[in-house]
Order: sequence, then structure tokens, then C-alpha cells
Amino acid sequence: MQREHISTVFDIELNELKQSILVMGGKVELMIANSITSLVDRDIPLAERTVAFDHEINAAEMSIDERCLELLALRQPAARDLRFITIALKIVTDLERMGDQCANIAKRARELSEEPPLKPYIDIPRMAHWAEVMVKEALDAFVRGDSDLAVKVCKDDSFVDDLNTQIQRELLTFMIEDPTTISRAMKLNYISKSLERIADHATNIAEMVIFMVKGKDIRHTIA
Amino acid sequence: MTNKIKIQNLNVYFGETHAIKDVSLDVLQNRVTAIIGPSGCGKSTLLRSINRMHDMVASARVTGSILLDSTDIYDRSSNPVLIRRRVGMVFQKPNPFPAMSIYDNVIAGYKLSGRLVRADADEIVESSLKRVALWDEVKDRLKANAMELSGGQQQRLCIARTIAVKPDVILMDEPASALDPLSTLKIEELIEELKDKYTIVIVTHNMQQAARVSDITAFFYLGELIEAGDTRTIFTNPEKKQTEDYITGRFG
Repeated sequence: MQREHISTVFDIELNELKQSILVMGGKVELMIANSITSLVDRDIPLAERTVAFDHEINAAEMSIDERCLELLALRQPAARDLRFITIALKIVTDLERMGDQCANIAKRARELSEEPPLKPYIDIPRMAHWAEVMVKEALDAFVRGDSDLAVKVCKDDSFVDDLNTQIQRELLTFMIEDPTTISRAMKLNYISKSLERIADHATNIAEMVIFMVKGKDIRHTIA
Repeated sequence: MTNKIKIQNLNVYFGETHAIKDVSLDVLQNRVTAIIGPSGCGKSTLLRSINRMHDMVASARVTGSILLDSTDIYDRSSNPVLIRRRVGMVFQKPNPFPAMSIYDNVIAGYKLSGRLVRADADEIVESSLKRVALWDEVKDRLKANAMELSGGQQQRLCIARTIAVKPDVILMDEPASALDPLSTLKIEELIEELKDKYTIVIVTHNMQQAARVSDITAFFYLGELIEAGDTRTIFTNPEKKQTEDYITGRFG
């Protein structure tokens, strides 16, 4: 059980910071879901809305960055609090990059919607679902200080990596068999790669949560 | 890394009050060791044990040992005056001798020791004042009364008086708590410069100061040593929850 600070205002400020990260994370999860829905449903307006939504993620990143710098300057945190705030600074960067990847997926979805479908989408939505779950669990782990859940997220990344490899292999077959599919296959390949990157960012967050909870840096140690 | 002071199973009592409870701590040579903890945790009591200042308190009783190099300062054969010459002390409030000039303040300890050779006095005053970065500010008014100096200058003068007798160890009991932020920074800078020649133990309520100036930090609570270690580790990832709760402002 975590004790409260003597300064209740500092507790409130840390809690507000946590909440803003969660709100930002929720928006990123929504962007992942919408970008894939726009691809599967060939929904151009939704794709465009998703691209435009990236501005909200960028604004949230800047606002949280500013808050973290204020807290560092005014509260001079130590130990767990210091790790929490410095990690918050890093998490928002990862979330912002995820937003960029979602916007890229939505742009490719809009382009693909103007061409005949290459194939039914099965593995890409599956991959998107996993990436979304990883983001959600990484943020849950951050909020609850749950290092076990963070370890699970790190392990799940290999499943998304495998799906990406499988999709790339399948798309390569399409391109070899029929060169007229190259443009569409390349765009799907790009989407698959973006989802794989989103899962990597979720893994980064999970690794930072482990550092926050245990004070142990596990980055670049898991093969 | 050489131990300058080895505190072993130290207990300090004031009448019925058990102020220091079975503390063992190594103080490394030419390093700054900060002692932190909430009021009443025994920080100053421990510091004062290191130069036998409790000898002057009738109700005080000390058990255990404190080895300065290899000499037990609480051994019957140890002379407290000689120990205090080797272990200087700087207090919270600057305490220059009010009726003396700046010059006389610096050599006061030396004079008392009976070691002063007249010809050496000027050299000792100049080198001590230079060591505490006060020389340029006072060289033209060495005969002025020490009380004419600002609080920060007075504290640096007291440090100059301490180092004039060439101690091995300097104990500092909240040396900057009565000073403004700039004078505080000058004292902190001075501590950094002094550690190449002296072993320093500092008690401070200001945790950021402990983080800035010390190499080793020891956290005390209710007379017990809870945790001691590398300052960077203590302030980023302490081992004990009590330490973490204290430095993050959750109790104290």
C-alpha cells in the first residue's frame, strides 16, 4: 500500500498527471481501432477523421510534457516519484508515435479504399486487436504499478512480430504471382509494419513500468 | 576506498532516553557523508559523538566504539582535546568569536593548541582563508571585527578557523540552514572543494542539499540507521521503503 505524500497537493498533481496519460492512451486506442475499421469497412470519412485526430494526440503530448517539467522544477521529486515523472515524459513520446502510426494506417486505408480489395482482411485486424490490447495493458500496468502485467506485455510483442512476418510473407506471394497487386500489397505491408511498431511502443511503455516499479532497467535485455 | 571512521555498535543515552541505537557505519576517507532523517532521529547526536562532545553532558552515556583511523576515540587513553583537534566541527549558526578580528578568529584554535609559531601565523591565516574562498573578500580588512561580515562570510570564516588547525575530519551540523540561497551554494561549493583534503560528515535537513553535496547518504529514524549507501542510489532507488517514504515526502 503506497503511503500518501505529506503534501496532498503533490498527490493530487501526480494523480492528475496519471489521469491525463490515461486519457491520451484511451485516444490512441480509439485511433488504432478506427484506423483499422476504416480499412476493413473502406470508410473514407472515418479514415480522414482518424488522420485529423492525430492533432489531439500531439496537443496532449505537449501539455503532459509541460506538466512533467513543472513538477520536476517545482517539486524536485526523488526515488519512485522521480521515476514516475520521468517515465511519464517517455510514455507520452511513445503514445504520440503510436498516434502517428495510426494516422499513417488511416492514410493508407483511404488510398486502398479507392482501389479494388486485394484480399479479405483477417490477420491485419487480428494484429490490430493485439496491438490495442498491448497498449491498454501497458497503460493499466503503469497506472496500477503492476510489473507482472508489464512483463506479459513484453512477452506478447513476439506474437505481433510473428503475425507481421506472416503477413509480409503472404503479401510477397501476392506480388510475385501478380505484379499488378504490388501497389496495394505494399500499402498493406506498410500497415502491418505500422501495427508492429505500435506493439513495439507498447513494449517500451511496459519496460518503463518495470523500471518504475522495481527500479530495474530491463531495456535491451530481452531478446 | 579507505575507512576514516568506523562506528561500531554505537549507543548513546541521555538519562533514560536511548538516542542512538546500536548504529554501525563506515565513513570513507575524502568523501562527504550526509546524515539525513526527521527531527529527533539522532542525526546531531551521532555527529557530536564523533568528537566526544557528549563528554560535556552529565547525563550522557556512550557505549560501542568509534575508530578514527585505528584509534578508538572512546578508549580511556584517548585525549578528547587531541581528538577534537583532528575532528573539527562547524555549527548551524555561524559562531565567530565576537570580540576578535577576522585574523584572530582564524588562528584562535591554533593559538589555543599552543602550536603557533609567530612567523607561521600570516601564512596560516592566508591559506585558510583562501581555502574557504574568503581571502579576496577580506584581505584588506583582516583586523576588522569578525561580526562585521555577512552570515555567509561568517560561516566560511568558521570553516577557515576549523581547517586552520589541520584536522582530518570536519563535522558540519546543518552548516547552511541559517544562510540565504547564494551563501548556501557557496558553502556547498566549498564542501566539494574541501573533500580532496578532508573527510566530511554533514547533517542536513535539506535533502536536496544532501543529494547535491554528498557521496554517501545515511538515513536515520528514531535513533536507528535505516539505510546507508551511495547517494545516487539512495535518492533514485533506495532499498528500504522507509527511506523512500522519507525522501519522497511521505512522512517525516
